[in-house]
Amino acid sequence: MADEVQEKSKAQLDAEFSELYRAHLRDVYSYAYYRVGNHHDAEDLTEQTFLQAYRHFERALRESHGRPLRPWLIRIAHNLAANLYRDRSRRPASPLENAALTTPHTTEELVEGRDELSRVLAGVQRLPDDRREALIMRFALDMDNREIARALGRSDGATKVLIHRAIKQLEELVGDAGGGGDSG
Amino acid sequence: MSDALSNFEGLLREALAPVDPPEDLAWRLEGALTSLTEMAADELEAWELSAMRDPRNWVRPAAALVVGTTAGVALVVLRSRRRGPPPGGLRGARDAAARALRGIGGEAQNER
Repeated sequence: MADEVQEKSKAQLDAEFSELYRAHLRDVYSYAYYRVGNHHDAEDLTEQTFLQAYRHFERALRESHGRPLRPWLIRIAHNLAANLYRDRSRRPASPLENAALTTPHTTEELVEGRDELSRVLAGVQRLPDDRREALIMRFALDMDNREIARALGRSDGATKVLIHRAIKQLEELVGDAGGGGDSG
Repeated sequence: MSDALSNFEGLLREALAPVDPPEDLAWRLEGALTSLTEMAADELEAWELSAMRDPRNWVRPAAALVVGTTAGVALVVLRSRRRGPPPGGLRGARDAAARALRGIGGEAQNER
């Protein structure tokens, strides 16, 4: 009987997962892209995020108590991205690989010809990981404080402070880059 | 100061505009997810053949049929929303799905 319940719910799970996929593919890809800085790694990260999400979807639904699952999805991407960086730091990386992970040159193509936006993006790349991620979630994915808090595993209050400090630091970085006449 | 902050936030929103995923990524992912549900259906089918000999188990294959049909429909809906063949053709999507499935296998082994 328990098996029947599980099998029945699997049909619903697949349908609900399809909905989740459709609703958040762009979110996950945007997060991945701004997190790793190039399309190639962003595609891999997005693919692995959804495949891992599929495996753990039932438990996530059970434990979400009806709350939106976007923070959970982004948290998976966040953990996978952390693994990607850790793995690459362990083995000798080619200069090209390093460049792809540490400079935003491909991202800058999105805003070519617009110095101010380019400086903002360059500043985002220079922020500490947690601040950068919070800004990506807030501005690229339009997540609210509560969602970001869930994705990062922090309290709402700590997340609010994190975002405030991130914006302040970024303003300083962008100001310095603009004042110096060279964004690096 | 509040104006300056809101201007800066507007700039930040513009700089971090959402990025659309490449079309072939969507095809690859949908192929991989479809393969996962089909794999589950195959396993149920194998179980069904042996279980049908025992009438006490007849309810379960019926449930499996419902599961397979609904899962298939859910993912077919995903595909039917796209027009035209996937970049690289269906073979490319199948290859990508196989690659993704191998990735899952490796990941599962690492977790254990």
